[in-house]
Amino acid sequence: MTEAARAPIGRDRRPFMRRFAIAAEPYLYSAPALILIAAVMLVPLVIGISYAFRNVILLDPFSGGFVGLEHFREMAKDKAFWLALRNTVSWTGWSVLLQFVFGLILALLLDQPFKGRGLAQALCFLPWAVPSFLSGLNWAWMFNPVIGPIPHWLYGLGILPAPDNILADPKLAMWGPIVANVWWGIPFFAITLLAALQAIPRDLYEAAAIDGATPFQRFRSITLPFLAPTIAITVMLRTVWIANFADLIVVMTNGGPADRTQIIASYIFTQAFRRLDFGYASAIAMVLLALLLVYSLLIVLLRQTLLKEA
Amino acid sequence: MASIDIAAIRKAYGSTHVLHGVDLTIKDGEFVVLVGPSGCGKSTLLRMIAGLEDISSGEIRIGGRRVNDLDPKDRDIAMVFQSYALYPHMTVAENMSYSLRLRKTAKDKIATAIAGAGAKLGLGALMERRPKALSGGQRQRVAMGRAIVRAPKAFLFDEPLSNLDARLREQMRGEIKKLHQDLGATSIYVTHDQIEAMTLADRIVAMNAGIVQQVGSPLDLYDRPANLFVAGFMGSPAMNMFAGTYRNSGGAPRVELADGIAVPVGEGIAATDGARVTLGIRPEHVVVTRGGGPGIQAFIDLVEPTGFGTILHASAFGSDVKAFSLERGLATRGDTVSVAFPVDRIHLFDHEHGARIG
Amino acid sequence: MMRPKRLGFTILHRAAILAYIAFALFPLFWLLKVSITPNDLLYGEGVRMWPSRSTFDHYVFVLEHSDFPLFFRNSLIVSLSTAFIVTALASIAGYALSRFAFRGKFWIVGLMLLTQMFPLVMLIAPIFKILSPLGLTNSLTGLIIVYVAFNVPFATFLMQSFFDGIPKDLEEAAMIDGATRFKAFRQIILPLTLPGIAATLGFVFTAAWSELLFALMLISGVDASTFPVGLLSFVSKFSVDFGQMMAAGVLALIPACLFFFFIQRYLVQGLTAGAVKG
Repeated sequence: MTEAARAPIGRDRRPFMRRFAIAAEPYLYSAPALILIAAVMLVPLVIGISYAFRNVILLDPFSGGFVGLEHFREMAKDKAFWLALRNTVSWTGWSVLLQFVFGLILALLLDQPFKGRGLAQALCFLPWAVPSFLSGLNWAWMFNPVIGPIPHWLYGLGILPAPDNILADPKLAMWGPIVANVWWGIPFFAITLLAALQAIPRDLYEAAAIDGATPFQRFRSITLPFLAPTIAITVMLRTVWIANFADLIVVMTNGGPADRTQIIASYIFTQAFRRLDFGYASAIAMVLLALLLVYSLLIVLLRQTLLKEA
Repeated sequence: MASIDIAAIRKAYGSTHVLHGVDLTIKDGEFVVLVGPSGCGKSTLLRMIAGLEDISSGEIRIGGRRVNDLDPKDRDIAMVFQSYALYPHMTVAENMSYSLRLRKTAKDKIATAIAGAGAKLGLGALMERRPKALSGGQRQRVAMGRAIVRAPKAFLFDEPLSNLDARLREQMRGEIKKLHQDLGATSIYVTHDQIEAMTLADRIVAMNAGIVQQVGSPLDLYDRPANLFVAGFMGSPAMNMFAGTYRNSGGAPRVELADGIAVPVGEGIAATDGARVTLGIRPEHVVVTRGGGPGIQAFIDLVEPTGFGTILHASAFGSDVKAFSLERGLATRGDTVSVAFPVDRIHLFDHEHGARIG
Repeated sequence: MMRPKRLGFTILHRAAILAYIAFALFPLFWLLKVSITPNDLLYGEGVRMWPSRSTFDHYVFVLEHSDFPLFFRNSLIVSLSTAFIVTALASIAGYALSRFAFRGKFWIVGLMLLTQMFPLVMLIAPIFKILSPLGLTNSLTGLIIVYVAFNVPFATFLMQSFFDGIPKDLEEAAMIDGATRFKAFRQIILPLTLPGIAATLGFVFTAAWSELLFALMLISGVDASTFPVGLLSFVSKFSVDFGQMMAAGVLALIPACLFFFFIQRYLVQGLTAGAVKG
């Protein structure tokens, strides 16, 4: 027997407290983390932005006055600043490129199963566990002809005219931190790309092999398209991160010789830490922030255009 | 055990409406099956009864008590999930006793309850195992054991057999039915499989696109489907459906199909002359005769032997007519046959809304 | 017997892997080598692969006559505290992001992403000026607070991806069985994310252990110096005692490498879950 329709019940009236409790639950869970982030990162960020427009010298008790755009005018005339800007580009570009290429090769090598793969993987990823400052010191020592082998090898191979410390050579100094950065950063790319590679269904390769594709063709038509999103995101994020990464430079060369290895991030640190000029340091930091925003916007625009064409 | 009242239940996610006003009363001890295709809202309704989804408007009562604002833990219901949802880091015994331990039940009472449920479900030897050491069927039984131990007001089943292979599904179906006969518990069972619905239910609630299409006993839905959806959903192989025109002028009431074929239909059809209708007839009611003879001329396109019987596909008036016969070798591919539709087995549906008209 | 083409490919493959391993390990090997080279052989035998005589004198000096044990202890305190506090905060925040769909979610995720993008150096000056009157400069507590805030966003995303890997059914079953959501979180879900917790602890520990710039800025006294700061001051003070510096370096490596070896397996797992989501 089929049912007859019942009379409708009135509108649902749930107690306010219960509705509030349900809605508030996720915020309660995330509150501790958020409060901390707001207090330690957002508030200083705002304060830091204000410093850019004030004269703030740490040891000078009379400082703190508003100086408007004075710092920015000073920056425009500061040769060291423009040098640092150029260095940031070459530092970031070379680091990302080399880390990516070698990281990708390593990931491809580790994607094939072989005996001892677990151990090889652990050993290859070890550099990432080394604290960055130690990696910097380590490579600085290796580049030092007094106790390191590299200058002698380079001299022996004919690359250097004499076994000098390249960190003291204004033209070559940048390569020191770059090499250390690549050594330290290959595992990150390798791990991320390896994870993405292993997410590719094996069936596709088998189907392609049956269809007659060579390994290179399989790489081009299956691996690359699947990898593309991961590559894009990883490269994008790492570029920002490396541009901001000053530790290695501070440790290995302190920006020298003659500011030839100074990047914007390390320049900010030097201004704040050594000259204690918080105002100027904050002004430079604002410029860096603006550049990063522009970069991010470009990426978003690029993504929109690519998506529209797809 | 308790009855469940569902009144004017609506559910919307933002601006998407999933349930459009469901009314249902489930009697104490009844086994009700919610059946329908994916996305019809049956699982959502079940989860609203369980308290896992909010109710947009309407009211649900369990045992006469309004439960709209109650947390799942306060509704005194038990649920068996499609994925079993067994706690991986606990043994079978711990899984089954979790709810009792939460209520700080005495240890000896827990032991008795588990032993009882375990015996009913044949889990005695498995008590100390972890879920990953169990087969699919065993896991399903543990999930049911976990529910039984609670002695709740109602059992809710969310497609519990979907993850099992065909043979195991048959077996578990029988066990669930026996368990229900044994315990007499109010049960609401969600599935998209109409066989499970037919075999398990005291009453079936057929749903489509958030609206209840028909509620009744299994045979009710099978013999007198209220609309095209229910007619096509229940029964396998599915009902034949042909578009045609109802005529009752200039002769006996009939339906005109394509190619000028006319099929006699019964009296008292709620349709006007010239109305567009859909004619339905179940394959097992289609009469197939070899060679020529009374009925519609057709020839056999395809023969599907199922061992149990044979499904014949005949081509007539531009359509595929499916017939089911318990005989073997009734006809082979290419044979000319005649097909007849007995008047008392014909279902007629309004073309526009799909509602039953005869 | 492998076909010649496959044999050639295999040899190339193994050689490449060996090259990578050599590149990865050589600097650390060199560090070790110099740390056990006695001072008199240090300048003479410079480029040898292994000293003709080895000694543990440098280690003895570092451990007994320098401030390194203090630096080590400070770093251990800071890194462990940061790791545990961050993991606790990130677990509940990550759980919220994984299980709930709520209006603020977009903003919270956006905010956390933002913090990962901008240069932390920017904050050195303001944070110094804020912590100074609170007496939190030159203190381990101040450092811990700062490190915790810096690491929470990344740790939250990591924990979120681990929670995403656990089916929601389990909490629902527990809630029907009679648990509140928080109880279900504690008793059912959390035990199942132990790999995620281990990975997060490891990540944060390593990050805190290696942090240099803020430690340099905020810590000026020897008593509160962490390892990076201590090592750097050692370097500038004793710029010719390479053996000792390298020995200190090897000691600095040990905790980080240990942690890493243990959690290395979970890294790929964890990144697989969240990698392409960005």
